[in-house]
Amino acid sequence: MPDKSTEKATLRQGELKTDEVLIHLEGAFTTATTGAIWEEAVKLAARTDSMDVVLDLSGVDTMDGAGVGLLAELHRSVEKRGGELRLIGLSKECESLLTVFQFQDVRAPDLTKKKRPLAVEVGVATVDGFRVARATVSFLGELTVGLFRAGLRPRSIRWRDMMVVAEKCGANALPIVSLLGFLIGLIIAYQSADLLLDFGVEVYVADMVGISMLRELGPIMAAIMLAARSGSAFAAEIGTMKVNEEVDALTTMGLDPIQFLAVPRMVAGVLVTPLLTIFCTVAGVLGGAVVAVASLDLSFVFYADRLMNSVSLSDLLSGLFKSVFFGILIAAVGCQMGLRTKGSPSAVGDSATSAVVAGIMLVIVADGVFAVLFSFLGIF
Amino acid sequence: MTSHDENAEPMISVEGFRAAYEGNVVLENVNFNVGKGEVFVILGGSGCGKSTLLKHMIGLYRPDAGVIRLFGEDLWAATGSDRRRLLRKIGVAYQSGALFGSMDLLSNTRLPLEESTDLPMSAMNLIAAMKLRIVGLSGFEGHYPNEISGGMKKRAALARALALDPGIVFLDEPSAGLDPITSASLDQLILRLAESLSVTFVIVTHELASIFTIASRVIMLDKQRKTIVAEGDPRKLRDESQDEWVRSFFQRKEAEVVE
Repeated sequence: MPDKSTEKATLRQGELKTDEVLIHLEGAFTTATTGAIWEEAVKLAARTDSMDVVLDLSGVDTMDGAGVGLLAELHRSVEKRGGELRLIGLSKECESLLTVFQFQDVRAPDLTKKKRPLAVEVGVATVDGFRVARATVSFLGELTVGLFRAGLRPRSIRWRDMMVVAEKCGANALPIVSLLGFLIGLIIAYQSADLLLDFGVEVYVADMVGISMLRELGPIMAAIMLAARSGSAFAAEIGTMKVNEEVDALTTMGLDPIQFLAVPRMVAGVLVTPLLTIFCTVAGVLGGAVVAVASLDLSFVFYADRLMNSVSLSDLLSGLFKSVFFGILIAAVGCQMGLRTKGSPSAVGDSATSAVVAGIMLVIVADGVFAVLFSFLGIF
Repeated sequence: MTSHDENAEPMISVEGFRAAYEGNVVLENVNFNVGKGEVFVILGGSGCGKSTLLKHMIGLYRPDAGVIRLFGEDLWAATGSDRRRLLRKIGVAYQSGALFGSMDLLSNTRLPLEESTDLPMSAMNLIAAMKLRIVGLSGFEGHYPNEISGGMKKRAALARALALDPGIVFLDEPSAGLDPITSASLDQLILRLAESLSVTFVIVTHELASIFTIASRVIMLDKQRKTIVAEGDPRKLRDESQDEWVRSFFQRKEAEVVE
């Protein structure tokens, strides 16, 4: 086989008459070689001092689509300035190639995107916003009905699916959630140690870690982890099913996608979030204990005793109560983003991203609402 | 129809090929050559290993035994830039299209040009549009894969496979799911490219009408016998094959025998 790398395309300007210019094309005009002379050829043909261009192709050894593209480009530019392009010395192969690609009719693609006026853009965005809001409301409605039905007939819940989901987003998340909680507890204790020592109240490190972990950080950290690990997974999984028409298949089988896909995930989310929260909190408290024992010279027993005195059952229960809501929010957002996925694989990625972002946002907003609510009700 | 020249070096040669998945042999003792400009069709019932054979030929899987040569070179003996150079000379259109969802049709078709040529952008756009035009997708350059029909995706995939004017084009079920008119125009395109550009086609298909129109030669694989059971001109096989199963296949009758 001939070595293609030595092949070259060359241009040679021939006879220049008053009304036409002759250009000799020689060598190979393939995708590999044409790029080198493209600009030069276009420039040569665009000269305005000679009207017609005659291309002599008798020296062309090989040609492929790129060569035809070049001829089409030259044809177009010569015609644009009112001239004529004539081809001479065409080999049989070249001729059939030009026929296959119908080179006379090749046009550069129209790449101008149709721009919409600002008013239209604003209108479209507004309508889209309303649509999303409406879809969210109707999804929440369907979900409530679905959960209500499932509550009335617990046998209708797909428990096996639920267990698989619960294992994935609960049991498998334990190590990472515990590690996260432990580090958070450790960091809080460590950061506050100096300040507490200055005031000589290092015993309060237990209060500090205990209350913040139980009331806020335990539930929040577990929820953020759940959103990142499982909310995104719900969206991606259901989104892929949507793209592959699996959700449509469920619908045509008379199965409700909400009942079939969302309810098991919701139930799993609600069950595992409080459990993850407990693990996260306990690990955080232990992290605080490590700092208390190692750098504050407190005994573990003293730390534990102080902890028991400073936190109350209401701290623990309020944290767990919140975590149940966080679980609902994250699972619902994950499922909704998944079911809203349209079209292409890249949309699946977008859904997963919005599930995480919206999940974490909602968790923090809800946490703020709970903080106001609890203080209003005089719980803390 | 282009008949292949026995003396010329084959574009593809498969020798003593065997494919196995986790120890289960799918195909063995497969030998054939494909000449320049041939339209070579791989046939067989479902699950007989057609797509497996195709995937080995385009270098996705390594043969369990035997050698597959493209342009006289073993794809698995070539490494690095040699392998890439060899792969650039083949075009593959996948069954589902395998278009990149984040790019419009023009960008999909232009991608191979962008990555392996030094053409200016305007030239690449023109050539990509030209390739889309010959598969009948003129005017759809700005459309995204999820905005077009399944048949259009297949044609766009063919346009992308043709982007670099490859010497060999592999097509997996190109006309499945296309309407008869589009399917026939695709057949004409394949024939024109094979005749005028001497492009070699390797096609996996079930469309009998299409096979009789385009195939210069077919091989037929069989699930039980795990190898080539027939090879040659499809019309001859239909009328003259000694193998009942092969004749039934071409005549669309239920096979009565072959255990």
